Amino acid sequence: MVASEQFTGWAFVTPGAVIIVLFGAVPIVWSALMSFQRSNLLTPSTPFAGLKNYRQMVHDPIVVQAIQHTLIYTALFVPGTMIVGLFLAVAMNRKIRFISLYRTAAYATMAISTISEAIVFIWLFDPSYGIVNYLLSLIGVPPQQFLNSPSQALYVIVVMTIWGWTGFAVVIYLAALQGVPQVLLEAAAIDGAGPWRTFRRVTLPLLSPASLFLAVWLTINALQLFDEVYLSTQGGPLNATTVLVYYLYNQAFQQFNFGYASAIAYFLFLVIIVITVIQFRVGRRLTYYRS
Amino acid sequence: MTATSAPARGGVQASAGGGVQRARRRWRLPFSPWHLVLAPATLVLIFPFIWLLVTSVETPSEALRFPPVLAPHVLRFANYPDALSSAPFGRFFVNSTVVAVGTVLCNLVLCSLAGYALARFRFLGRSVLFVVIMATLMVPFQVTMIPQFIITKWLGVHVLAAVGINHIGALILPNAATAFGIFFLRQFFRTLPLEYEEAARVDGASRLTVLVRIVLPLAAPALATLTALTFLDSWNNFLWPLIAITSTNQMTLPLGLATFQGAHATEWPLLMAGNVMSLVPMLAIFFLAQRYFIRSVAATGLAGT
Repeated sequence: MVASEQFTGWAFVTPGAVIIVLFGAVPIVWSALMSFQRSNLLTPSTPFAGLKNYRQMVHDPIVVQAIQHTLIYTALFVPGTMIVGLFLAVAMNRKIRFISLYRTAAYATMAISTISEAIVFIWLFDPSYGIVNYLLSLIGVPPQQFLNSPSQALYVIVVMTIWGWTGFAVVIYLAALQGVPQVLLEAAAIDGAGPWRTFRRVTLPLLSPASLFLAVWLTINALQLFDEVYLSTQGGPLNATTVLVYYLYNQAFQQFNFGYASAIAYFLFLVIIVITVIQFRVGRRLTYYRS
Repeated sequence: MTATSAPARGGVQASAGGGVQRARRRWRLPFSPWHLVLAPATLVLIFPFIWLLVTSVETPSEALRFPPVLAPHVLRFANYPDALSSAPFGRFFVNSTVVAVGTVLCNLVLCSLAGYALARFRFLGRSVLFVVIMATLMVPFQVTMIPQFIITKWLGVHVLAAVGINHIGALILPNAATAFGIFFLRQFFRTLPLEYEEAARVDGASRLTVLVRIVLPLAAPALATLTALTFLDSWNNFLWPLIAITSTNQMTLPLGLATFQGAHATEWPLLMAGNVMSLVPMLAIFFLAQRYFIRSVAATGLAGT
């Protein structure tokens, strides 16, 4: 019995494990090694370079900018998406006419790829012919440069990605809202709490596990922003939208500095871990779990 | 929130204060006040889709006009065949489908096997393997993508061209089993009651028979969730295809569309026609299987909490 479990166990696990080890575990170790090497695609030898790649990062002004842009983007995108998602989910959490139409419209943003999304938004925000500039002109705002402007491009990317993630946030919050027991809301109303107070004191605490999940999930994704930047601005204008992963891609697959790119990747990994741990620490204190 | 809480407040006061009649007289809207919030919000959400469709049938000269032409005078459906003749969207679609379906099938098989073994069997090295799988689950793709590129390149040259760089096999193989899938199914299998499996074993069924005949049917909801999530992930993946594929006839839809955009950056009607063709299949699948997709996404959220 035990011997057969040894054999069948490994027989069952091996195909999947080979894939995970070959394309997951080995690359993790390999890129860690590469981050200490002067490794690039063009030269076959990969001399050990110690902490050179990491030291280079500290002195690379673009890395410093990329960190700033990544953090600014994350700080805007994550709360923005959560607020929009929460607002819409609360509005949609009722049985009124057309509600499935409203919900489907929000969900539909989940089905659209980042590339499709970026192309549409580049067109909406086109400085010369875009409809957003037209709508702004109706309220007397002069035409904006949007993605062509170093001071605006990152915010346009914030807007397009919030739109793209709205469906996801709505789904998560709607599922959580459906778990809020009606009895508690009625009890709060009987105790004289208005809808706003009921929302603040009853609904919102009950939603806090969902909020923590969304905050962590959206942050991890925000720190890895790439597709929209690649498509709309290529990191420009004047590096205004160069985020960490875009710079990493640029170093790895346009400059072929594999060693330096690996160091940036591990730095990104560290940033993700640190921020996630902080979120869980702070979140656990603010999160209310029933049971 | 303040804007929306105002109308609702009347409702709750009514039930709390007993002034039902007074409240009714005050709110004579023939429909729920929430429509006043939801209708404009929905318009904003779907406007990018509408504008995408409108532009896709505009003439090039009407698209490049300011103020924009809100209702095109001539509907130029020829943009669609034009887009098809300047980029093989049909081919991209087939490639995306092959990659997504292939990845899903591989994951269903490999993750079920591995997840079941990790959930139920005791074998040497199980906990080490589990730790390794969990470790890869946490590491972002950017950390592994450079070695993954080198390994894929090597495999293509030395083992099998079909899984090497510049072949759609390279988009399936590295994702043929995911740490998430194995972990997710393992967790689900552990919640199933052991009795059925033990009874089948006593009747002489093999481990594989037990998995296929007893466990997997019970795990149908989890398998559906894994299918939906894997399909979405694969269909929308961009960074890995961007690295692994350069020849046009091996491109998936996102990569093909991005390349198309690079070549026709200012031909907006053409670009939008290509974009519509790229997103309609997924949108259709999404609407048909909406319940599965929604439940799956919600499940990740509930599991995460």
